[in-house]
Amino acid sequence: MIETFLWLLGYQFAGELLARSLGWPIPGAVLGMLFLFLTLCVRKGIPDTLRHNVPRLMTHMSLLFIPAGAGILAFWPLLAERPLAMAAVLLLSTLATLLISALTLTLLLRRQQGRKARP
Amino acid sequence: MTPTLHEWLHQSPLTGIFLTLLAYRVALSISRRYHGHPLANTVLVGAGLLIVSLLALGLSFDEYFRGAGFIQFLLGPVTVALAIPLYNNLARLKRSAFAILCSIVVGSVAGVASAVLIAVAFDLPPQIVLSLAPRSATTPIAIGVAEAIGGIPTLAAAFVIVTGIIGAVLARPLLALLRMNDDVVLGVATGIAAHGIGTARVFQISETAGAFAGLAMGLTGFVTAVVAPLLVHFLLS
Repeated sequence: MIETFLWLLGYQFAGELLARSLGWPIPGAVLGMLFLFLTLCVRKGIPDTLRHNVPRLMTHMSLLFIPAGAGILAFWPLLAERPLAMAAVLLLSTLATLLISALTLTLLLRRQQGRKARP
Repeated sequence: MTPTLHEWLHQSPLTGIFLTLLAYRVALSISRRYHGHPLANTVLVGAGLLIVSLLALGLSFDEYFRGAGFIQFLLGPVTVALAIPLYNNLARLKRSAFAILCSIVVGSVAGVASAVLIAVAFDLPPQIVLSLAPRSATTPIAIGVAEAIGGIPTLAAAFVIVTGIIGAVLARPLLALLRMNDDVVLGVATGIAAHGIGTARVFQISETAGAFAGLAMGLTGFVTAVVAPLLVHFLLS
């Protein structure tokens, strides 16, 4: 477990240092993920400690968003200004984003696979 | 002088950490009881239970966050860890990289444009429209973009979280309705539309979907940070 967190925090650290020194608005953790992914591609394998511990960590990723979800309590005065209009905008635009993304990818994958993938 | 029991309850990080774990555990039981029904989403139910208990105990969000901040901190290393499931899906990623990257660009643009256009259609004030624009990106990016284009950062953060919960709840039923059964499509669409909260949700369904959601979440962040300011300027001019 110690080695796992050294790997993960180390890559997050590197990501933060790069993002901050270049003034990019990208979270260090996202850069850290991409660096670690590239490292794994170069290494052609996953270190044992990560292979063993990471799946267990990912199962409970939802837990980590509960504090942010409860943050709606703190933001409530801002959200309650025009609640129906804002709820409608969030619902419709999220549906539109899901739909457009899924359709685009499905069409591109089908085109790539040729006629075989057509239903 | 030792604090009274009441003061200790309000000040100790233990309160927030314990309540968060408890709310999550109960939400997990409810989710299992209803066989992973979309509305029994663990973030939705967990956050709901937590809000009710904070109100019942008279704890403010700031007091709660003294402990909950430690849990939220773990989002950093867990985001980095998304590289592992992604690497496990390397073959599929290589095969479909072009299609996936194109969809992420199209989806990110659609995420910003749909929010701005629908908000304008509902006649919301400009500051709110600008705070809505980056809502598909992860919180730190959305806050930065909102600041840069003249929105309200805290409001943008609230929109991000609500968007994530809506996307996490709706992604699977929507794609099932459209008979899209590919885990890669589910993952990419959810990662684009509902960032980390959606990623956490699809991880409960399949590791492949989770892996591609994590990738889509990261790249949507990049694209949104670059494109949102230009796109908003174009749409509102």
